[in-house]
Amino acid sequence: MSLDITTEGDASSSEESRQWTARVRNAAATAFPPDRLLPDRQPAYMASWIYVFGVLTVVSLAWVIITGCVLAVMGPSWWHVSGLGHFVNSLHLWSVEFFFFFMVIHLWGKFFMAAWRGNRKLTWVTGVVSFVASIAAAFTGYLSQSNFDSQWISTQAKDGINSTGAGAFWNVLNFGQMLMWHIVLLPIAVVIIAGLHVLMVRRRGIVPPFDIEPKDHGDTPSAAEPSE
Amino acid sequence: MSFGVLIAALINLNGSGHYLHWGFIQISVANLVVILLMIAVFVLAILLPFPRRKRRD
Repeated sequence: MSLDITTEGDASSSEESRQWTARVRNAAATAFPPDRLLPDRQPAYMASWIYVFGVLTVVSLAWVIITGCVLAVMGPSWWHVSGLGHFVNSLHLWSVEFFFFFMVIHLWGKFFMAAWRGNRKLTWVTGVVSFVASIAAAFTGYLSQSNFDSQWISTQAKDGINSTGAGAFWNVLNFGQMLMWHIVLLPIAVVIIAGLHVLMVRRRGIVPPFDIEPKDHGDTPSAAEPSE
Repeated sequence: MSFGVLIAALINLNGSGHYLHWGFIQISVANLVVILLMIAVFVLAILLPFPRRKRRD
């Protein structure tokens, strides 16, 4: 058995380019060159408060994840009883409130901008899917409080879920199942889809205003003169 | 009286919620307040000027 080890870059480039690692690397470098992935300049039309709600949503999501991790480490007997537990529990609740607050304003802004223009359909779709997934994450959060409130909500929710037929495999009265969805599956889904959404924003750029939209509806990231 | 008690005294949350009814529409006052706040912030975000850094020559 022999290993094909090259030292001076003398391997044929065609042979290298056939490897899946090289193909993934080349595709990633083409789609996301460093100055596009982490830009330090943005188009001049971005100088508006309406453009800040996307990043505010991401920051809120980060706080949701951080406080959720603390709650998971310490457990219900901590967040129901101790003062610090109450505080972190409230931080988790309010970061979710702000998350949806900012995300809805972000959604309104992008809807009225028709932000799917210029080959940005996938950006719009990933945003919609992450919105739906985060609603499911929030609803299962109601069921994971482990108090009388969550018991009441679950008994009300079961009728709605059962009427759709989904209750056969998605039982809102099953605390263990709802907790796992809330702290494992749905957060992973939301973070991955939101991450794809941000990558699509980096890939396609921020949608320009209607009056300076490029005539060819191209996918160039910056259609206007960049500002500082 | 501590600061926390003062803040908590502004709105009494220790009770049942208040609801508004309009035909078949029913909404809690808390949800209505949040929706109105979102609309207000949305309008302000469009109208308020964004601070710009002066370009160095």
